[in-house]
Amino acid sequence: MDWQPILQPVWLTLKLATLTTLLLLLVGTPIAWWLSQTTCRFKHAISAVVALPIVLPPTVLGFYLLFFLGPNGPGGAFTQWLGLGTLPFTFAGLVVASVFYSLPFVVQPMQNAFEAMGQRPLEVAATLRASPWDRFVSVALPLARPGFLTAMVIGFAHTVGEFGVVLMMGGNIPGETKVLSVAIYDHVETMEYAQAHLLSAGMVGFAFLVLLGLYLVNGRIDRQVRA
Amino acid sequence: MSGIQARFQSRRGDFTLDVDLQLPDRGVTALFGHSGSGKTTLLRAMAGLDRCDGHMIFRDATWQNDGQGDTQSLFLPVHQRAIAYVFQEASLFAHLSVRGNLAYGYKRLSAEQRRIGWDAAVEWLGLEAMLDRSPASLSGGERQRVAIARALLVSPELLLMDEPLSALDSRSKAEILPYLERLHRELNIPVIYVTHAVEEVARLADYIVQLEAGRVVAQGSAIDLLSSLTQRPVEGEEAGALIEATIRQHDDAHHLSELVLPCGQLILAPRLSASSNTPVRIRIPAREVSISLNVPEGTSILNILPARIIDHTEGDPGRVLVQLELLTDAGDTGVRLLSRISRYSWERLGLREGMQVQAQIKSMGLER
Repeated sequence: MDWQPILQPVWLTLKLATLTTLLLLLVGTPIAWWLSQTTCRFKHAISAVVALPIVLPPTVLGFYLLFFLGPNGPGGAFTQWLGLGTLPFTFAGLVVASVFYSLPFVVQPMQNAFEAMGQRPLEVAATLRASPWDRFVSVALPLARPGFLTAMVIGFAHTVGEFGVVLMMGGNIPGETKVLSVAIYDHVETMEYAQAHLLSAGMVGFAFLVLLGLYLVNGRIDRQVRA
Repeated sequence: MSGIQARFQSRRGDFTLDVDLQLPDRGVTALFGHSGSGKTTLLRAMAGLDRCDGHMIFRDATWQNDGQGDTQSLFLPVHQRAIAYVFQEASLFAHLSVRGNLAYGYKRLSAEQRRIGWDAAVEWLGLEAMLDRSPASLSGGERQRVAIARALLVSPELLLMDEPLSALDSRSKAEILPYLERLHRELNIPVIYVTHAVEEVARLADYIVQLEAGRVVAQGSAIDLLSSLTQRPVEGEEAGALIEATIRQHDDAHHLSELVLPCGQLILAPRLSASSNTPVRIRIPAREVSISLNVPEGTSILNILPARIIDHTEGDPGRVLVQLELLTDAGDTGVRLLSRISRYSWERLGLREGMQVQAQIKSMGLER
């Protein structure tokens, strides 16, 4: 068996998921924090927009991203103006699409963690001379750690598992946009069942290990807090 | 300008806070009242935790100033006010050890801002043995002690306490009260203490502000207010005067302590835990004080002191609350007691204002 076509999508998928998870943390944390603290009347509207990818078929999201970031879309015009070319059918385009697609799965556990902590620890920190930024770093982030862990794992796993958005936005370019899920689809289409089996079984094992690890770690944190 | 000025007006739903207070900037001021009277709302407004319209001046620093003519509106954020705050629940940081909790505020001060030292705070609240434990492993009383030490370690100029004992069982309360009394004696910072418990007011407060439905209904020194007939923050069975006495000696055989009243007379009380020659506050519930015309003989009552009837009021049906002032050979003493007797006794003995009588105080009824 030629291993190159097997390993290349695995490596590409891991690279995509890692990069996406890091970007999601950067983008998702301020959104989750704002949503957990604000009393703004647009809060629910903004929550709904962030949550859209949960409900929408991935093809819809992929289609709009393709349109928006394509050569004739406003996003595409902007990236061309920056001299970056257009994003569809590139690895960078996949990253952008994945960030949109997985955003709600990262924002929600973080937002829940911030909300579950309540205002009291922040008030205490304020009476102990901590400025707002200081309170966020020294109290909110550490107390929301289990939520962050959940968010990272789900964000990573969700990116690994995506298919519709990738197909719309990235296509099927080996080494550039041909990630695991697309490769499996490709193998099945061409009746290479041995390769399809190998990759699929690997995915099942991976998904199980990720979830097991998540439950074990969160169970341990729970016990620490309750002890 | 010295002192603490707090003026707030704020509506929230059907609750209105409307106070204009000038508080002493030393000793313990109790904000006293039933739940829903606005005590916590007022304390949070003073701290800046909630924003109510009004102004707040602490000594020569203005912390909040809303809509004063053409002066600019000012609201100092909580973390820039020289306060410390103890919440009803200890609210320790779950992700930090006891040491980490204590250090949280302490390490945010510069060395010259630290007027209360680490060792002093740890020793005061008896935390030496638990520094490396996690908050989750502490009892309720221990947690609140950590919270108090954590607050003290920001070297506040004003300490705000919101019912720090009310979430605790009676054993933990009894464990913490002596620490608070010690702070009261040794710490030279003003404390504003929210409570609805008479016992805490009697043991800790120097000045009382009584709130009802968001308004101040009575205020004054604890001793004056608790022995007053017209402005009684404590009604019914709980009524009683507060007296500052000094322990003269203990009678361990009979489990009694001999106390000297401010007017020089001696009374006996149940054995107190403090040592001789220390000042103690004694609450004398009105129901434990009876009146006789002559010095009675063959009575079990140990404390019989000459007194003059100052005033009386008929509150509950069939009962009379009498205000007495203790007398010595030198004359009036200014030390006042309250006595609750039946209206029948009042009439049968022919009692009236100005009469000289004997106040009989049941020793076992005296409360710390």
